[in-house]
Amino acid sequence: MITTEPVITVKNMVKKFGTFVANDNLNFEVYKGEIFGFIGANGAGKTTAIRILCGLSTPTSGEMKVAGFDIYRQTEKIKQNIGYMSQKFSLYEDLTINENIRFFGGIYGMKIGERKARTIEMLERLELKEFANRKIGDLPLGWKQKLAFSIAILHNPRIVFLDEPTGGVDPITRRQFWNLIYEAVEKGITVFVTTHYMDEAEYCDRVSIMADGRIVALDTPEKLKKQYDAANMDEVFLKIAR
Amino acid sequence: MIEVKDLHKKYGDVIAIEKITLSVKKGELFGLIGPDGAGKTTLMRILMSLLLPDTGSAIMNGLNVVTDYKKVRLITGYMPGRFSLYPDLTVEENLKFFATVFGTTIEENYHLIKDIYQQIEPFKTRRAGKLSGGMKQKLALSCALIHKPEILILDEPTTGVDAVSRKEFWEMLKRLKEMGITILVSTPYMDEASLCDRIALIQQGRLMDVATPHTMINSFAEDLWAVRTPKIYDTSKFLELLPSILSVNSFGQVLHLVTKKGVHTSDSIQQFLSSQGELEIAVEPAVATIEDVFILLMNHHKPKQ
Repeated sequence: MITTEPVITVKNMVKKFGTFVANDNLNFEVYKGEIFGFIGANGAGKTTAIRILCGLSTPTSGEMKVAGFDIYRQTEKIKQNIGYMSQKFSLYEDLTINENIRFFGGIYGMKIGERKARTIEMLERLELKEFANRKIGDLPLGWKQKLAFSIAILHNPRIVFLDEPTGGVDPITRRQFWNLIYEAVEKGITVFVTTHYMDEAEYCDRVSIMADGRIVALDTPEKLKKQYDAANMDEVFLKIAR
Repeated sequence: MIEVKDLHKKYGDVIAIEKITLSVKKGELFGLIGPDGAGKTTLMRILMSLLLPDTGSAIMNGLNVVTDYKKVRLITGYMPGRFSLYPDLTVEENLKFFATVFGTTIEENYHLIKDIYQQIEPFKTRRAGKLSGGMKQKLALSCALIHKPEILILDEPTTGVDAVSRKEFWEMLKRLKEMGITILVSTPYMDEASLCDRIALIQQGRLMDVATPHTMINSFAEDLWAVRTPKIYDTSKFLELLPSILSVNSFGQVLHLVTKKGVHTSDSIQQFLSSQGELEIAVEPAVATIEDVFILLMNHHKPKQ
């Protein structure tokens, strides 16, 4: 369900670290209900931009709104309305599945009754009910990533940011993970995702490609392939980034 | 060059690698393909004599990794998955350190690392900890090569690296192979498999198959179809109801449908989809990729709980 109602608006976003320009005047909008792919070489500035949009870092200049809230003055509001997961940090390894859910539910200010109801529903859907008291550290990576995603959207955020969520995951689990993404989109959650798997770029509604701190291309995979006369997104990326 | 026989390693109750037998020929670029937790690192650490196997043996160029471990270390170069150079030393100091430890000098084996090291030489006075990911990777490879090893073992050198840098890295490996170095490299990216001479598909501590990428693709045992549809997710749900279906998975812009050999034709699948009200869908036979092979084998070897 892609709309034209923006949930993220970025105007002239600039972020400098000393003399180094990590984000050089970014301009884009992300629409409600879309899967927005954020692709680029290592060091292109993707993580810097995501940290700003999540309210974790302040931009040097520019105007940005996330879920209707101002990026300078309403970062706490933003945090309540987004979910986040990455490959590196997702859940606490020493806590059980249940404890992680309680922890994150608490952080996001969920009411106890609501949290309990959603926990049961989620564990049943993931077929993990009988493992609720297992420590996260004892679970295979594929389970962890699926669980981390489900916990990141437990509080029904308007937007979820996924930073390389499928790195190192086996090919079957990687696809199951994308099915979870589609299900979240059906519920009206907007998905902002980065990946190094170019086949996953094809699954996005629109893809932006960053290079050297700038957005050098932004369109649907279909139109990008046409524009760059490429058979797939891998070729598009190679033509742009090389 | 590398002979692994019945190699077995457990961590407590968890079997990391289960009776693995494998041989890598001299001058071969051999890929170990599998997801995180498959046992790739455990196998490599045993080969590098950094970990003892429970049972089984591993011979590297005639040297036993347990009893001849000191000699094994002299003939092998290793790039661990985690960056493990000295962050407080400069690029040049790191390289000099590794050369000295192995009783050689940078000058003596410069020809081996020239192509790679030249790209980071302008930053040779920079501390290793301050390098970008791509540069760290090049320095680590230079350090692994500086003592002119006969065997190079690389643990997921391209994980988390973007598509362009990954292609460049594989070009470097190809050049090293041409110099006669035997290379064992692991990766979770299935698309890199085709760049190896031979590959082993590893999952949950077991080797599911060992062959050339070409052989593996050609011996795909079932029928494979590429299904083009405007609605990938919906169509895949419908296809799950198709009789004789083995799996349906998205592959970029198309769905890959696997059915039992000899049961279906493009027309019969198309008809099934039209009867479900799914029109505007093209079905044609497709050539398998390594990822298709991996998924098929994973479905055969049902995961243990």
